[in-house]
Amino acid sequence: MMWLTWRQFRTQAIAAATGLVLMAIVLAVSGVRLSDQFNASGIIGCQAHGSCEQLASNFLSTLKGSGYQVVFLIAVGLIYAVPGLIGLFWGAPLITREIEAGTFRLAWTQSVTRTRWLTIKVGVIGLAAMATAGLLSLMAGWWANPVYAASAKAGPRSTAVNRLEPALFGVSGIAPIGYAAFGFALGLTFGVLIRRTLPAMAATLAVFAGIQVAWPQLIRPHLLTPLRSIVPLDIANITGLMMNPGGDHMVVTASVNKPGAWILTNQSIDAAGHPFTGPATQACLNGGIQACNASVGRLHLRQLVTFQPASRFWTFQWYETAIFLALALALTWYCFWRVSRRRLT
Amino acid sequence: MIEFHLDGRSGVSPYLQLIQQVRQALRLGLLIQGDQLPTVKDVVGRLAINPNTVLKAYRELEYEGLVGARPGVGTFVTRTLADESLAAHGELRTELERWLGKARRAGLEEESIEALILTTFRATMKETI
Amino acid sequence: MTVVLESRALSKRYGRRRGLTDCTLSVPAGRVAGLVGPNGAGKTTLLHLAVGLLEPTSGTIDVLGARPAASPEQLARIGFVAQDTPTYAGLTVADHLKLGARMNPGWDVGLARSRIGAIGLDPRQRAGKLSGGQRAQLALTLAIAKRPEFLLLDEPVSSLDPLARREFLQGLMEAVAEQGLSVLISSHLVADLERVCDYLIVLIDSRVQLSGDVDDLLASHRLLTGPLCDMAALPPRWQVVSASHTDRQSTLLIRTADPVHDPAWTVEQISMEDLVLAYMSKAANTPARDRTLEVQR
Repeated sequence: MMWLTWRQFRTQAIAAATGLVLMAIVLAVSGVRLSDQFNASGIIGCQAHGSCEQLASNFLSTLKGSGYQVVFLIAVGLIYAVPGLIGLFWGAPLITREIEAGTFRLAWTQSVTRTRWLTIKVGVIGLAAMATAGLLSLMAGWWANPVYAASAKAGPRSTAVNRLEPALFGVSGIAPIGYAAFGFALGLTFGVLIRRTLPAMAATLAVFAGIQVAWPQLIRPHLLTPLRSIVPLDIANITGLMMNPGGDHMVVTASVNKPGAWILTNQSIDAAGHPFTGPATQACLNGGIQACNASVGRLHLRQLVTFQPASRFWTFQWYETAIFLALALALTWYCFWRVSRRRLT
Repeated sequence: MIEFHLDGRSGVSPYLQLIQQVRQALRLGLLIQGDQLPTVKDVVGRLAINPNTVLKAYRELEYEGLVGARPGVGTFVTRTLADESLAAHGELRTELERWLGKARRAGLEEESIEALILTTFRATMKETI
Repeated sequence: MTVVLESRALSKRYGRRRGLTDCTLSVPAGRVAGLVGPNGAGKTTLLHLAVGLLEPTSGTIDVLGARPAASPEQLARIGFVAQDTPTYAGLTVADHLKLGARMNPGWDVGLARSRIGAIGLDPRQRAGKLSGGQRAQLALTLAIAKRPEFLLLDEPVSSLDPLARREFLQGLMEAVAEQGLSVLISSHLVADLERVCDYLIVLIDSRVQLSGDVDDLLASHRLLTGPLCDMAALPPRWQVVSASHTDRQSTLLIRTADPVHDPAWTVEQISMEDLVLAYMSKAANTPARDRTLEVQR
């Protein structure tokens, strides 16, 4: 059975291995140079807070728009795509291909029970899926270390890269392993339910993508109770100011200096603690930016922030991976139940 | 070694046809004492019939004393019919030729002669069985 | 005498569609059993139930004394050739043999190789490139080389040309002679099965109409021709399968254990093909039934 699994999986395995090797070469070559550049930047040994921030910020600025950004985007894109692709091309066709071609009538009448057939197939391909995603994440994580190290030191106005935020959380750490397992199990389940390859692939893609989009908005923020913090509004951090023509409504947005944290809500509040909505100051209505900012400063506004601190990154990673692995297991158990009960054809 | 063939439309069951062909071969001297009959595997491999059919035929021939099975080796002819009837062949053939001449002189067509022979043959053979 | 396939009141429904209804069978070992019936009668359903690809809706089925596909040991004792002889198009002939060897502990390497050689298949050729007859022979080799006790085949020759058909049956019969296999082979062409079967099951419209030893069935059915008769006046022990009348003559097919003594009737034996046809048309003439019959010589 191992031989048959390998023989039928051969092409996909070689494709994945080739992709991994190519990525490894690109990341290795690029990563070594990036690492050298980082070591030469002086960020590692720096002591003074202000100059550290400047060094880190400069380092990150040089990266922006360079070849390194291209490599980064490719790696991120790939790690995003891989779990979905695994669901589509490794999960869904696993059973639908046998049913559509009629070869299940050959495969399930050898001296191997269906349960064993499915166990070996799911085991081998599922592990391959998790390994592929894991290796990619590992390689990309190694490559991006200098970038994250610099981001931790750079201030809120730099082009810092944040692993905890939704954009990059799913492609960092061990989360991709959970996604790959879940994508595979999801594809397998739709294959069992729909029994035709293309519709099963379409359903897998739609549901998987939907979950990937909705999860960080709806569920992940609540896995751990967010922290609340009130900090004075530093006018140097003002990022935006909105006023209506009448001047009776003004909203101030400013960034906060919490490197690596995932900011969930960020509101400007007045001295009483209510959200600040205006009215607009005279200076902002009539004057220039400097005067406007200064006038806002005299309002002594504060920022009410709910956030997940950077220190919780790995906690979130473990939670997320565990949840998606559990979902994958549940789906896989369902598929086993369906297949062994012969309610397929 | 003889080869069997089957006439699917003769109305005679396959196992009887096999028996008849063995007896025919014995009579004509195509099979003599000690000759081996084709193995069951060879027969079914050629004719695509049920092995039990061949086994049945061979068993009946064995029961008649014409063949004997040697386990692990095959089925062999133990007796021939040739010597008994071969001698009579010549005389019977001449008689038959004389009768055919008579039938033709009486004005019968080929098909009528054949029909007459077959119906008489069948009717007579049924009585003797 | 052992029984290779035993079913009691076996039924299978697909939603509202009836696949099999109330089938009770007992196929003895050592036979080549033919399963005949029109398309859609339920032959594939019965075979799939027997090899464990389907679960019954009600009733039971036991193959070689166990529930189908209950264990690897039970699976090893049966061989199955499905309809249209499915093979993996991307795998070569040699790959298929390896599949058989790896997935069956009882695999006979020598037998597989000699059969492939006798058929003349190139081991390096992909199964998708083989002709229908070659694929059927490959599928048959896979089923035979695992040395089963009971071989089931679902219309293996229906889509083959006459030569391929003959060669397939030759190979099958050789294996039966050599290994003492029991066989259950289905077809909607009776002529194919007439030569090879010594047990018959007739399946029409999801029900078993007839089952038994071919010799017994042929011996117990008689074709009677005689003067126009009154159907009500016939002996009660006669089971009339079919009857047709002209203004002068009646032709009956009856099933009875007793000999027919009435001299008014001319009694004839019936061939297996005509027997099956008679049962098929009997089912066809039952009102409010709509089915497709395939009768070919």
